[in-house]
Amino acid sequence: MSTSAADPTQAPEGAVPEFNAQKEGQRLFKDWYGGLEHAKERGQYVANVFVMGNAVEILRTFDFQLVFPEINSLQMGVRKVSEEYLRDSEDYGYSPDVCSYVKADVGLILRQQKHPAGTIPKADIAIVSNMCSTFIKWGEIWERMLDTPSFVLDLPGQRGSSWRVRPGDAQHMADAQWIEAQFRDLIGRCEKITGKRFDMDRLAEVEDRVNRMVHHWNNVMALNRACPAPYNAMLDGLTYIGIMNVYRGTEEGVQFMRQLDEQLSAKVARGEGRIDNERFRLLFSGTPCYVSMRRLVELFESWGGVFAYSDYLTFAAGGMDAGELVYDTSRPLESLAEITALAAQRGLSNQFFAHERLAQQLREYDVDGIVFHGIKSCRFVSSGMADTRNYLTERLKIPSLYIESDLIDPRYWSDAQIKNRVDAFFESLQQRSGGAPGDTKIRLPVVGGPS
Amino acid sequence: MTPQPADENPAALHRSAEQAALGPPPPAELGARDPEQRLTELLEHCNDRRLGPVPTDDALPAGYSGTFGHFPVYFPEEIVHAGGLLPVNLLGGGNKLELKYADAHMGSFICSICRSTTEMGLNGSLKSLTGFVTHPICDAAKHLGGIWARNFPEQLAQILYLPQNPNTPGAVRYTAAEYQRLRGDVEKQLGRPIDDEALWRSIRTYNRNRALLRELYALRAAEPWKVSCTESYLLLRARTRMPAETHNLLLEEALGLLRARKRVAQDKPRVVFVGGFCEQPPLEMLEAIDDTCYVVDDDLLIGLRWLTADVPEAGDPVWALAEAFVEHAAASPVQHDERKTKEAYLMDMVRGSRADAVIVTAAKFCEPGLDEQVAWSKHLDAVSVRHLVLEFEEKMTSFEQMAMQLETFAESLLFALA
Ligand code: SF4
Ligand code: SF4
Repeated sequence: MSTSAADPTQAPEGAVPEFNAQKEGQRLFKDWYGGLEHAKERGQYVANVFVMGNAVEILRTFDFQLVFPEINSLQMGVRKVSEEYLRDSEDYGYSPDVCSYVKADVGLILRQQKHPAGTIPKADIAIVSNMCSTFIKWGEIWERMLDTPSFVLDLPGQRGSSWRVRPGDAQHMADAQWIEAQFRDLIGRCEKITGKRFDMDRLAEVEDRVNRMVHHWNNVMALNRACPAPYNAMLDGLTYIGIMNVYRGTEEGVQFMRQLDEQLSAKVARGEGRIDNERFRLLFSGTPCYVSMRRLVELFESWGGVFAYSDYLTFAAGGMDAGELVYDTSRPLESLAEITALAAQRGLSNQFFAHERLAQQLREYDVDGIVFHGIKSCRFVSSGMADTRNYLTERLKIPSLYIESDLIDPRYWSDAQIKNRVDAFFESLQQRSGGAPGDTKIRLPVVGGPS
Repeated sequence: MTPQPADENPAALHRSAEQAALGPPPPAELGARDPEQRLTELLEHCNDRRLGPVPTDDALPAGYSGTFGHFPVYFPEEIVHAGGLLPVNLLGGGNKLELKYADAHMGSFICSICRSTTEMGLNGSLKSLTGFVTHPICDAAKHLGGIWARNFPEQLAQILYLPQNPNTPGAVRYTAAEYQRLRGDVEKQLGRPIDDEALWRSIRTYNRNRALLRELYALRAAEPWKVSCTESYLLLRARTRMPAETHNLLLEEALGLLRARKRVAQDKPRVVFVGGFCEQPPLEMLEAIDDTCYVVDDDLLIGLRWLTADVPEAGDPVWALAEAFVEHAAASPVQHDERKTKEAYLMDMVRGSRADAVIVTAAKFCEPGLDEQVAWSKHLDAVSVRHLVLEFEEKMTSFEQMAMQLETFAESLLFALA
């Protein structure tokens, strides 16, 4: 990865340029893609990883360049070219019902890894976790089409509802022991690939950087509990988690998160919100629609609705948004396994028992309504969504909206239909609150609690 | 009290007419004397079990106090069986169940087995279950754990985290710990321990069952004209609704009758069927395949035949089960194992059964099945093995078009083989 820190701003000499998360995020992304493009000619090894359950700390210790295939796919959506890749993959034989991220990536392989952001190098290893089962199927596609060996990182998740694993208890230790065994196996494989010996001190250094980054990330997440919310979890938040993933364990990542934390803290102190007239605080459950991301947010913000929290920010940043997830750098490998066990369960396994975490987040973020975004081709976020919605609506009497589209397949975005549903949702929220259009923040009581 | 599974007391299997429904039909002396008629009787009995409800607690044979539901693919039935619970493999509602409630709980883009299993929960058909366990085979299946927890909190609803990495040293230890945890949770739910002796008895019963199922599949590969895919499937599937010890009796009798069948081989191509590891194709689809082909191997209900060798009857029973899972397991699109690529195990099936061709199916909306279908068909193309690609849904009711496709496929195979 490039560590160059070219100044992106045009500030006058001597003045400290103001941190612009969006621009800085773009610059970092460009750098990252640039690094990928030249990885092979620089003799660097490359690993494919997912945003959840990925052992990035170990890979960084070996100086692997990291490719995030999910980010490649979503970037195709953002850059409005995903449909071409999807069609290539369907022509090749993949069903319309298969995850569109996978299909976009198959399209990329069919186009000799030519991505709008640059050529993506072929990986020397892929770390695929069981957090989303499709990751494993995806890894098997690379095994076949690119000859990339995959290492399946098996992370035991939440087994049942009200599943409490306390750090250090027998269940946590049993799970951590299994994860540590896999990390040791992975380390052996990385040594073989790179010809380098594993360096425990370097792992501790990477972990220290992750700790600092996560510290600020936790603050950033908590800052959006303020009213008005300083950022929109489903717009600004997407850049933040991008950096959390791609720059995890790097100084650039720490610096970005620190500056972001400072900037948002100041914003909260000034009482400034993402929008001027925050009227409804919302929770977004599911993944975004990257082809119409800005449009989606605009539909909500035009009514004064801001996404204060999204479970996407929790699971797509590997579940690290909790204060207790701090590596003990005096015992780096054991601690990596222990924290990974906890983060995996937090980050996604409780996607499968989503009502528990969502009920808590509704209270913590003082939310007026919840928006569920069902993704046709992503069973990971969508299979239990309607049931979770029923449960929360019945128990908590929380207003909710269910919309459906896709992550990056524009063929599933129906603007008029979604707009109608969003408008109807806000009309009912408004009626419920008794407020007049144009009022600023209206408090709606959340009654009851899950029993 | 330590439950005594009924194999210790076979007479207790048929204590009443209701209970007899869980066992095989009355023995041959009391029923038909003609072997073919007797076979029909046994198969009809199996089909009734397939279509029938999950037995209620008061209809269970002696030694059983309740039922325990589990979702495909593999579940270590021995653990709950040893606790005196009848393991009930939940396989959706087939093509006879009308969905009234599930639509409000699951999107239309979820596979049919998940939707109809949810329906069966919501319509009350599964209310007598002590527990329900699903597995990390895919994300839709994992979500069933949450759906169960939210809607049926009185049942022990869990995801059993069978490892997707059986290749790292330590996989057996982890699996054993996970089994031990499940055993403890079931004990808590039952309010009584599941002792090692009972577990050994169950392992022995299931070892016998595994051996009989291996015999059934060997017979199909050797003399497929003696047992069709549909018949074999019905015999296998019967275990999802009856105690393993009863199933052993059923299989023993059926195998004897099948072996003795006097049938002449017909001019049909030998095919392998894949894609039936989780959602089940309708019986009519299997019948349509039987009409034109000899299915000499398949992955239908592979979870019931998951352990490919006997579980060693020594050491610690939980460890023995875990070790068998890691070391002696079948394969499916939803289990990653570096020792068995999907292409390699399919080719093993083809070679092992001396098949001429493959029928590659996938259930609609099944991400892992659909992914595999592409890989398999590309591979079969590459190695020049003829194949037919079919998509199915458990709720399908029309088979004419499929039958025509099968007929054309079989004819072209026979022509090529001639
Ligand atoms: S199914 Fe969903 S979570 Fe899994 S890879 Fe696809 S988009 Fe990501
Ligand atoms: S049929 Fe496929 S998608 Fe459905 S539960 Fe089974 S493996 Fe999962």
